[in-house]
Amino acid sequence: MSGLLEFEDVSVTYRTSGGDVPAVRGVSLSVAAGEVVGIAGESGCGKSTLAATILRLQPPSAKVTGRVLFEGEDVQTMRWGDLRALRWAGASMVFQGALHSLNPVQRVGAQIAEPIRLHEESLSDSAVARRVGELLEQVGLPAARARAYPHQLSGGQRQRVMIAMALACGPRLIVADEPTTALDVMVQAQVLGVLRDLVREFDVGLVMISHDLSVLADLCDRIAVMYAGRVVEQGPAGKVFTDPLHPYAAALAASFPHIGDMAARYAPSGLPGDPPDPADLPTGCSFHPRCPKRFGACETTDPQLRSDSAGRAAACLLVEGR
Amino acid sequence: MTVLATQQEAADLGATGAARSGSIGRYVAGRCLGALGSLAFMLVVSFFLFRVLPGDPARTLGRGRFSTPEQLEEFNRTYGLDQALPQQFVTFLKNTLTGDFGISLRYRVPVSDLLLDRMWPTLLLVGSSTVFAILIGVWLGIRGAWKRGGAFDNISTGTSLTLYAMPEWWLGLLLIAVFAVGLGPIPGWFPTGGLHSVDVDPSSVAGVFDTIRHLTLPVVTLTLAYLADYSLIMRSSLLDEIGEDYLTTARAKGLRDSQVRDRHAVRNALLPTTTLVALNIGFVVSGAITVETVFSIPGLGLLATEALSVPDYWVLQGTFLVASAGVIIANLVANLLYGLLDPRVRT
Repeated sequence: MSGLLEFEDVSVTYRTSGGDVPAVRGVSLSVAAGEVVGIAGESGCGKSTLAATILRLQPPSAKVTGRVLFEGEDVQTMRWGDLRALRWAGASMVFQGALHSLNPVQRVGAQIAEPIRLHEESLSDSAVARRVGELLEQVGLPAARARAYPHQLSGGQRQRVMIAMALACGPRLIVADEPTTALDVMVQAQVLGVLRDLVREFDVGLVMISHDLSVLADLCDRIAVMYAGRVVEQGPAGKVFTDPLHPYAAALAASFPHIGDMAARYAPSGLPGDPPDPADLPTGCSFHPRCPKRFGACETTDPQLRSDSAGRAAACLLVEGR
Repeated sequence: MTVLATQQEAADLGATGAARSGSIGRYVAGRCLGALGSLAFMLVVSFFLFRVLPGDPARTLGRGRFSTPEQLEEFNRTYGLDQALPQQFVTFLKNTLTGDFGISLRYRVPVSDLLLDRMWPTLLLVGSSTVFAILIGVWLGIRGAWKRGGAFDNISTGTSLTLYAMPEWWLGLLLIAVFAVGLGPIPGWFPTGGLHSVDVDPSSVAGVFDTIRHLTLPVVTLTLAYLADYSLIMRSSLLDEIGEDYLTTARAKGLRDSQVRDRHAVRNALLPTTTLVALNIGFVVSGAITVETVFSIPGLGLLATEALSVPDYWVLQGTFLVASAGVIIANLVANLLYGLLDPRVRT
């Protein structure tokens, strides 16, 4: 199957003065056209680094191996001219902190118009301005807000501007890197609603990155859970959230209580300890020092991701034995 | 070129901003009021500064010429020195505000005429070297910072630091020795000083080229001496912007590297640079005094040095007033420019 986006055994290593730091270790994942895929995990698990490779936005100090295929072409090795043409027109991004991701001294309208002018040079100024107005209205902002500067908008408005900007060139894929993390819960729900409706309306593929498994479960078709640079569980969104196979996915799911569920309220949740230092990973399964279900073999055997017949996969010795 | 492009952008920004809201009006009014306050303070300081200077004008200037107390008294009356201090201050304010800076003790002509006469060489020298230093310095800073640690960056930062450490008069003397006197195969084509050759009519076409030839070495001296300030400031401002997220957004949009730099990074890095350029203008004025002396350019700087040796109190006071007013006005212009460049200070 040739999807919209395919990671084939992708590894990303940061070269630092203190040695090589593996941030992503052999991730394979695919996104079909129009599909919504979530990537979940704690900070530092490599999910943002992985997302950056989709448009080859990783810093120069990062070494990428494996292949990142967008519509069958390897993004990491294509010519710069082809890559620039692909950026934003093929795949666009919604970044985490909209305050910092927007240029503070440019009107938001000009910033939305910039990729349109770049990728559709034949459009007249008035057509571009009309397009910007339409985009703003699609995300629920009045067209007149195009004249505002980023500091004149609220956090939720800025994030909607980011979404309008991401839609500007009609991309086939949108990569949303923690699009709602900096927002309060009410605004978060609004922004997610806007994103979900637009993705459905335009049939755009979406890669949604979040540490919040409940948000992903609500929005995504499939979810991949990452830990220490690897995918440790993958499957249909509802299943991963309600019936996780991997102990880490279970802990992540349990850290967001269901309202009204008394059992969950009193059950111990959360995970002791910190995510491992990528430069100094534990032996065997990299999750074993924090795993509540570990046994002897976990310290020596590194479990591989195995798929079952129902389209689910997990990298855990307990699952392998099942 | 990048600087010109961003200045154009700034002009566009200002035009639309001014038409739209009154907040820019408030900003401009506030800055102008601040500048007026500084000017008033400067007037007061200059009055008292020249009254506490050691030495009595009458005694210094008389040098025994006043043989009778009547003559001394007449001298004091002529220059208003017989009045009480508050009365002198009122007279000083009234005279200064009407453009009367007193009479030069040495040249026996009104100080205002001298100042007007000597202002143009200084404006030409300081103005052109400031423009060159900013253009070249900002360009060096941008190129260096964008490829940080590259060969260009290492060479330009090293050169900048070396120039930064050089006193401008020393650099001027060095240039005179090499390019005016001549050294080995290098012909001493440039004049050692002055503004015009004696045998050329300054108002003719040949006279214009003659003036340019005379100004070349002093302008090069001041440009080299102040280039480092601007290149180092621009370099560090741009380095601060390089890790910013909006540059990643710009790259993700498919912009070329040069577009990311010029449209986004440089545009933001110019903000701190503008402020520091304004603060730097005072040092350029002091540099002009030494460079004019080294190259014997008949400008305000040389006038001040000559007046110091007499001492010609009223000329000194006049040059002090003009120089401080120049710095205050240049700062005001920089502040207004900042308001145009950064929408955040207007709201």
